[in-house]
Amino acid sequence: MRFDDVFKYLPLLLQGTKITIQLTVVAVGCGTVIGLFVSLMRLSRFRPLSLIARCYTDFFRGTPLLTQILLFHYGIPPILGFNSFPAYISASITLSLNSGAYIAEIFRAGIQSIHRGQMEAARSLGMTYGQAMRYIILPQAFKRSIPPLGNEFIAMLKDSSLVSVISMPELMMSGKIIVGREYNAFETFIVVAFIYLIMTTTISQFVSYLERVFGKDDHGE
Amino acid sequence: MITVNNLTKRFGKLEVLRGISCHVAQKEVVVIIGPSGSGKSTFLRCLNRLEEATSGEIIIDGITVTDHKVDINLVRQEVGMVFQRFNLFPHMTALQNVALAPMKVRKYSKKDAEVLAMSLLTRVGLADKAHQYPEKLSGGQQQRVAIARALAMRPKIMLFDEPTSALDPEMVGEVLDVMRSLALEGMTMVIVSHEMGFAREVSDRIMFMDDGLILEEGTPEEFFQNPQNPRTQSFLSKIL
Repeated sequence: MRFDDVFKYLPLLLQGTKITIQLTVVAVGCGTVIGLFVSLMRLSRFRPLSLIARCYTDFFRGTPLLTQILLFHYGIPPILGFNSFPAYISASITLSLNSGAYIAEIFRAGIQSIHRGQMEAARSLGMTYGQAMRYIILPQAFKRSIPPLGNEFIAMLKDSSLVSVISMPELMMSGKIIVGREYNAFETFIVVAFIYLIMTTTISQFVSYLERVFGKDDHGE
Repeated sequence: MITVNNLTKRFGKLEVLRGISCHVAQKEVVVIIGPSGSGKSTFLRCLNRLEEATSGEIIIDGITVTDHKVDINLVRQEVGMVFQRFNLFPHMTALQNVALAPMKVRKYSKKDAEVLAMSLLTRVGLADKAHQYPEKLSGGQQQRVAIARALAMRPKIMLFDEPTSALDPEMVGEVLDVMRSLALEGMTMVIVSHEMGFAREVSDRIMFMDDGLILEEGTPEEFFQNPQNPRTQSFLSKIL
């Protein structure tokens, strides 16, 4: 086994790692904003709004991410009259939309886990629905959503490897490039896997720390 | 202050309120008693529209609450409510719980709201707990904070939904003391309660509800000494 043929590409691997992290942060960051609005739409009493939210989450959770990436990168631009989007645009948007769907469900579960007495107490003081959500329900729901959000971050970090199919130069793509030049699939992909593993275990340590901090929470009364 | 005309409420096929009419005068303290499932809490929750009435009319301080064109938030600002399970906001300190609605609804400055909140916490005897979170407080203390929170909106009416039912027996007294002092100050109060001693001592009028109707009402003396309705008699004989 010849690992030195992998390590001479260390700058390429590190560059890929950096892009993987950037993509994941963008996806989960935008996904959190999308997820917040979609979860509120989903819980709206106004039917059409909740239906739109439902269709959105069902589509992105119910179809393969790989299909979504290819559909967005190759399928959408011609319809809009473009030749193509740069890979980083397609990758960022598709991963964000996908993450938004999962995070919407995380927030929905968090909001629904708050005892309805909280909403009643807030409304009985004369607060509007929006005020009650903003000051009472969402802060508590968000706190409970932090551990599953951490898990979503880990899942997205791994799933972002799929955008290598549209030649986005992230970690997985770096690996493919090295294998293409050196024909050392075992050594290279083992190293790539190991880099992913370091990142995911680090984050999962951090998540379980957060679980300890936020786990011994209120009792929702 | 409160006028109710022929109020009904259904949950699906279940008829919980079957035509309630009553009147509560300003500064009056009314205690509603009755067996569980008689519709007492539902009736109370209809008064500030936490439950939507199926039919009938509720008029509070000249405003028809049951009219959907009415901004219910304006009515709720004048009607405080205290719940069986306290429902304090667990992510806020006692002080923040009390100060929130004056700030966000009445648009007080943070400073004014906190001065008001502190004075109300002092009044319910919890000034020293102002910066504690609800989980650190006993049930009785939590319920007193909840009363202070409702009073912070300077309501004209206070509704109490079994305020002592979730409390350990030794904490009931401290909550009733606060309610008694409110009654003495002339607050209009409607209380759903099982505390017969308290009802007898503090209330101006007692209403007995069963099966979605007010079956009997009267002053505590009339009510406890000379109940007319057989159901009232049977209920009282079981609990007194």
